[in-house]
Amino acid sequence: MPDRDYSASEMMTVAAARRLANDSVCFVGIGLPSTAANLARLTHAPDITLIYESGPIGAKPDVLPLSIGDGELASTADTVVSTPEIFRYWLQGGRITTGFLGAAQIDRFANINTTVIGPYDDPKVRLPGAGGAPEIASLAGEVLIILRQSERAFVEKLDFITSVGYGEGGDHRQRLGLPGRGPVAVITDLGVLTPDPKSREMTLTAVHPGVTEDAVRAATGWPLKVANDVAVSEPPRPHELEVLRDLLARTEKAHAGQGAA
Amino acid sequence: MAEITTLREAVAGLINDGDHVAFEGFTHLIPSAAAHEVIRQGRRNLTLYRMTPDLIYDQLIGMGCASKLVFSWGGNPGVGSLHRFRDAIQKGWPVPLEIDERSHADMANSYVAGAANLPFAVMRGYAGTDLPRVNQRIKFIECPFTGEKLAAMPSLRPDVAVIHAQKADRRGNVLMWGIVGVQKEAVLASRRAIVTVEEIVDDLDAPPNAVILPRWVVDAVAVVPGGAAPSYAQGYYERDNAFYQAWDPISRERESFTAWMERHVRGTTDFEAYKRSLAAAARETVHA
Repeated sequence: MPDRDYSASEMMTVAAARRLANDSVCFVGIGLPSTAANLARLTHAPDITLIYESGPIGAKPDVLPLSIGDGELASTADTVVSTPEIFRYWLQGGRITTGFLGAAQIDRFANINTTVIGPYDDPKVRLPGAGGAPEIASLAGEVLIILRQSERAFVEKLDFITSVGYGEGGDHRQRLGLPGRGPVAVITDLGVLTPDPKSREMTLTAVHPGVTEDAVRAATGWPLKVANDVAVSEPPRPHELEVLRDLLARTEKAHAGQGAA
Repeated sequence: MAEITTLREAVAGLINDGDHVAFEGFTHLIPSAAAHEVIRQGRRNLTLYRMTPDLIYDQLIGMGCASKLVFSWGGNPGVGSLHRFRDAIQKGWPVPLEIDERSHADMANSYVAGAANLPFAVMRGYAGTDLPRVNQRIKFIECPFTGEKLAAMPSLRPDVAVIHAQKADRRGNVLMWGIVGVQKEAVLASRRAIVTVEEIVDDLDAPPNAVILPRWVVDAVAVVPGGAAPSYAQGYYERDNAFYQAWDPISRERESFTAWMERHVRGTTDFEAYKRSLAAAARETVHA
């Protein structure tokens, strides 16, 4: 994409940010979700409530946190509660409209693996594990997932289901008794996948400008379902790009300036 | 009843080989100095509890202090993997590490149940995930009132909780603020508690709803300024992000890890000496 003035990563972050509303109460994962959620807050959703599992409610960080419990989150929040309170009253209590997650591996029903590659008892790669994700995925009103698309990440079969999207598809999620609606979009650096209304299989419904459907198929480890009418994402507007780049530059500067080692 | 003592005496008197020990602090107020002291004193066969095993657990595990880990997320926040944690799970080095793996919501709820002196915790969770398949402690029960299927987990009851806080007063009452994680619950769920603090003051001057641990639920309070580094203590110092990044190459290989631990932790007498040792190493790098 030589004639574009933005990267695939920026397009992904902007596309994800646009899915959040001004009245969203968003339970934010660290990394890509946190970048997109704060971009939303600094552009079209100034009143969005960002909740981090470490305890800050209504965090308004000036720079992005490196860890899920950076001081910047606590000092800019409306309030900071204990970790049990976050999970018990705020998430399980049904007060989160949008759970925003990243993933190491995902399957066609938007189930997520962040636990292990290979057998659990003899892992090829031990990943960090569940954290808050299983209950965010099950309890939030709806779920957004953001990750870069590749055959390694978008796999035919997960080695481990850490967090449930639509389980085996269809009405499996309802049969499991999970309160939230589940994943409404998987936003990647190539496009956007949304669940088929009936089978719940994640279906390519938008590509980012310059990305072909075949390129998305090639980066998917299962025969990707493609909508009849695939939309093309609106490119990042100058204001979105400017705010995102400022945020990342501020963050880089702040974190480079810390520490003695 | 809290005794104000040294960290060395607190660890020697309150943590035994084979104990179940919870070092808590959710990215903030991580009890690093206390973990180092456990390594210095060569404790073995510990069952370690921690929601977010990060650098201090990489160190405890890599130095062979632990035989079992109860956890819900193990990584180097903002950087990547924990190499010693992975080596212990994947290769059994330096000793095999059994794991009891949960989700954050489980551990938070299970500490609450422990603090409340209940046998188990109950929550909406785990349905459809593979965690109950690999962890037999996770069960499902039916709500006796609605019939809803809910997850049940045995409460967490460690022998010892170890935390870091901002302040204690001269009688041993402890005050913390900012991101307070599960520390209060971990202390109340445990039989014994060790607290390191940034400073001891005459008067905590705390508002009525502040997070206070009364001295009679704490066994030992030790002053260790900077004792949560490389994590941060709100109001005192910032997170040392560069150290978290530096930990990745230090811990990647067994040899470099062991050499670093021998020099800076095993080879020093306390946290002050550890900090001097790190400063000396930094000067060597500058002059090299």
